[in-house]
Amino acid sequence: MCLGIPAQIVAISDPDHCMGMVDISGVRREADLTCVAGDNLDDLVGAWVLVHVGFAMSIIDEDEARTTLELLAALGDAEAELAAMRDSQVSLEASQ
Amino acid sequence: MKYLDEFRDPELAGALLDRISRLVTEAGGTREKPLYIMEICGGHTHAIFRYGLDRMVPEGLEFIHGPGCPVCVLPMSRVDDCVDIAEREGVIFCTFGDAMRVPGTRKSLMQARAEGCDIRMVYSPLDALALARRHPDREVVFFGLGFETTMPATAVTLLRAHGEGVRNFTLFCNHVLVPPPIRALLSDPDMRIDGFVGPGHVSMVIGNAPYNFVADVFGKPLVVAGFEPLDLLQAVAMVLQQIVDGRAQIENQYARIVPENGNPAALKAIDTVFEVRASFDWRGLGEIENSGVKIRDAFRDFDAEVRFCVGYALGEASGREPEGCRCGDVIKGQIKPLACPKYGVECRPEHPLGALMVSSEGACAAYFQYGGERPAA
Ligand code: SF4
Repeated sequence: MCLGIPAQIVAISDPDHCMGMVDISGVRREADLTCVAGDNLDDLVGAWVLVHVGFAMSIIDEDEARTTLELLAALGDAEAELAAMRDSQVSLEASQ
Repeated sequence: MKYLDEFRDPELAGALLDRISRLVTEAGGTREKPLYIMEICGGHTHAIFRYGLDRMVPEGLEFIHGPGCPVCVLPMSRVDDCVDIAEREGVIFCTFGDAMRVPGTRKSLMQARAEGCDIRMVYSPLDALALARRHPDREVVFFGLGFETTMPATAVTLLRAHGEGVRNFTLFCNHVLVPPPIRALLSDPDMRIDGFVGPGHVSMVIGNAPYNFVADVFGKPLVVAGFEPLDLLQAVAMVLQQIVDGRAQIENQYARIVPENGNPAALKAIDTVFEVRASFDWRGLGEIENSGVKIRDAFRDFDAEVRFCVGYALGEASGREPEGCRCGDVIKGQIKPLACPKYGVECRPEHPLGALMVSSEGACAAYFQYGGERPAA
């Protein structure tokens, strides 16, 4: 929750709500881009961001993203974070 | 040093450790009278144990593991309130997974779920809001917890619920602030801290200015740090350098992520939705003035405390701690986890008694996982 996880923004999914599709180690989900949005949302496509509980909180460079992912893997946090993301989606689907 | 080869740049790590040794000697830290550096953030605590940094630094330097894990500082009474809400008819109670096992007076959320409450682990507050949209006939409650890092997420989610007029979504707000407990610890006459390693991602939101009192009022250095082991070593060296120079300043080792003034969009969302509470209860530290936030009156329809009449809406007093638990003394750095009589006996990661054993960011769980003793000299 506190460490966050690096992700790459692959598309703007809902410009009205400042939402984008991000790729986090191969897992895709929507993330809120409010806290990193500049004047033009489309400029964010391709950017790397640090995602905390579904919100992009900071723009980072690719090297930083890679280093952070390695660190999270070493701490065992990357897997926990991805599992939380998947389980959350499962519980959403299960309730549909 | 068996851990050093795990470093991204072992040579740089070795050089930093040499520098730290020199600075500790210059600053007069000894085995009998060590310098105390507190890492505030639980993420740092975890990394320090994972990489064995506490055992690599010279004996004249001790890390004190601060109160910076939001799960660990959650008092029992608030867990009781969660269970109380989750047990109400028609409620879907949404929480981050980390909070499931925190013991309450009666039970944890995990036990409540086993007994039939509809409790869902979510990754994001947005997932809880999605559940509310999908189940207009149910009351969906999101258990908001965390420091300034996760506050913008809950704030933006609540603004969205408000904007859409979602009526069955509320937030049980347990967000807490980092600077007030630091002030409380520094004001405690028994507390001896020579300097701080400041939290990276909290600072990414709030910037560096909120820590100014640490230097200006209490004359202690604080260096905001990243989470890589090299970041931590560098930050420790920066703190020590300030001690040697007789300076006390707020410095930023993590400038690649932490802007001087924080994140304006995030701060705006926080300020729109939340206001500071008069006081909030911390496990192990007790009530601390101005240390938490609550939902502003303009959004009271989204406040679970108001809707379900729990917590401070009842004017509740602090809950008691489990018998014999020494979490408070560990958070204050007065004892190491091993000195707690419950450690490893009644209190283990599979069945935690105190909150510091619940999450991998808690000092006791980190000790348990990685071992906390220095190797025999
Ligand atoms: S061992 Fe358990 S009870 Fe003792 S201080 Fe640690 S978490 Fe608290």
